[in-house]
Order: sequence, then C-alpha cells, then structure tokens
Amino acid sequence: MDFSLFPRDLFADLERLQRQMQQTIEASPSIRGFARGGFPALNVAGTPDSVEIYAFAPGLDTQSIHLQLERGVLSISGIRTDELPARDSAASVHLRERFSGRFHRVLTLSDDLDPDQVSATYRDGVLHVSIARKAAAKPRRINVN
Amino acid sequence: MTENKSTTRDSPATERPALVPPVDVAEDAGGITLYADLPGVARDRLDVHVDGDTLIIEAEMGLEMPQELQATHIEVSLPRYRRVFTLSRDLDAERLTAELKHGVLKVRLQKAEHAKPRRIKVQTG
Repeated sequence: MDFSLFPRDLFADLERLQRQMQQTIEASPSIRGFARGGFPALNVAGTPDSVEIYAFAPGLDTQSIHLQLERGVLSISGIRTDELPARDSAASVHLRERFSGRFHRVLTLSDDLDPDQVSATYRDGVLHVSIARKAAAKPRRINVN
Repeated sequence: MTENKSTTRDSPATERPALVPPVDVAEDAGGITLYADLPGVARDRLDVHVDGDTLIIEAEMGLEMPQELQATHIEVSLPRYRRVFTLSRDLDAERLTAELKHGVLKVRLQKAEHAKPRRIKVQTG
C-alpha cells in the first residue's frame, strides 16, 4: 500500500523532479563547465599527464555502463534498476531518495586528450576514468640560453 | 523507523562534516529493508551499528588518487557519509544484517516476534 498519513517521500520526489529539470535545462555545458547535480555525481581533476574523472555511481552492473569519448566529449550513460518492491505489493515504501532509471551525463573536456589512452575501472560504486594527454600537449620546460 | 536529525548526543564523529547518503526504506511483514548509496566506501571503512534505539551509519571513502592532482570540478566534496535513524520498538536490533556491494549498503532489520502481524480470526456469534 502506498498511502500514508505522512507522505515523507514527497520531498524526495520534489528533489528528484528538480534534479531532472536541471538536467534537461543545463544539457549543454560549456568547456570545463559542467551541469551540476544529477546522477552520477562527478569529480574531475587533472594532472600534467592525464585527466581523471570520478563518477559516483553505486549499484551498477559494469555491463550496463556505457562510456564514450569523442573529440574531447565524454559521455557516461546507463540504467540503474530499482531494488524496491513493486508499488502494488504488500510491502510499503517509506523513503525513496535513491536515483533509479536511465542516466546520461556529458562532460566537455579539453581537446588535448588522447582517445587511444583511456582506462576505466569500477570499484566500490565509483567509476574512475583516466584519459592521458597527448604527448605534444604536455607542458615542456624551455631552456633559456 | 524515523530519521533522527539531532546530532547533539553522539560520538565525536559528528563534529566532522559528512555527506548525507540518499536512502530507500521499504517495510514488509517480516521487517524493514534499507538501502543507502555509499559510493567509494570499502567494507572495512563502513560502520553500521545500533546504539539504544538509534541506527547509525558511518562510512569513509577510500579513493586512490594520483599524486599532483588538481581538481577542476567537484560535486562530491567530503570523503565521508553519516546518517542516523531512530528505530521503533517493534524491530529486533539484535538480528540486523548488513551487506555492501558496489557502494550500495543493504541493511535488513527483522521485526520482533511479538510485533509480526497476526491474522485475527473473527468468530461468528
């Protein structure tokens, strides 16, 4: 039964709606400026040799994660299934805050990346993508004579 | 089970800021199942315990990051999670089970025997 005197998951629903709207509105992020919020949450960092992307995407099957890198644009998509009982079952759901359904996030990265040197690992619910920079783009020390 | 937002009486860990993980809570005749998203947490950095009538979930992320890393975009800004719930008396805290898989914590709390729903027979007079 889904009826409750105190529909506590109303706020969770509102938050999710807001997040979904944000994803729709901010669909075209500019260079190094990404849409905030949404699933999965992303941390991006750089070293002189590579760009490291951490996507906080717990509870996924590695087979269902779709990663694509094209001209400095990385897209992460997939589907996350709900573990909660169906709405018509005897069980009741008190809180429903976790993301479920399809997700798709796009990152505009710099154009000095080497699409042939990408590694992706999924561990403890975090997807770590490491993309090497092209050798020519690495900062070089110039000797002054 | 209700969420406990007061943080005054707890362990020193409360002093450190932590993320509030999103949870799903479902109840059936046998008990309550809670799912919490804790990405980046390995089993040895997770602490789930019951203190009196309070269920406390605390976890630390253990991300391996390369040296000389410079953050350019941060959405997850803290390396730990914490969330506290008040349990009702019909739940048996002794029979709590917790599983962690791919950063998702699943906690199962059984109902105490006396609190399980019983069908009451209606006698005809």
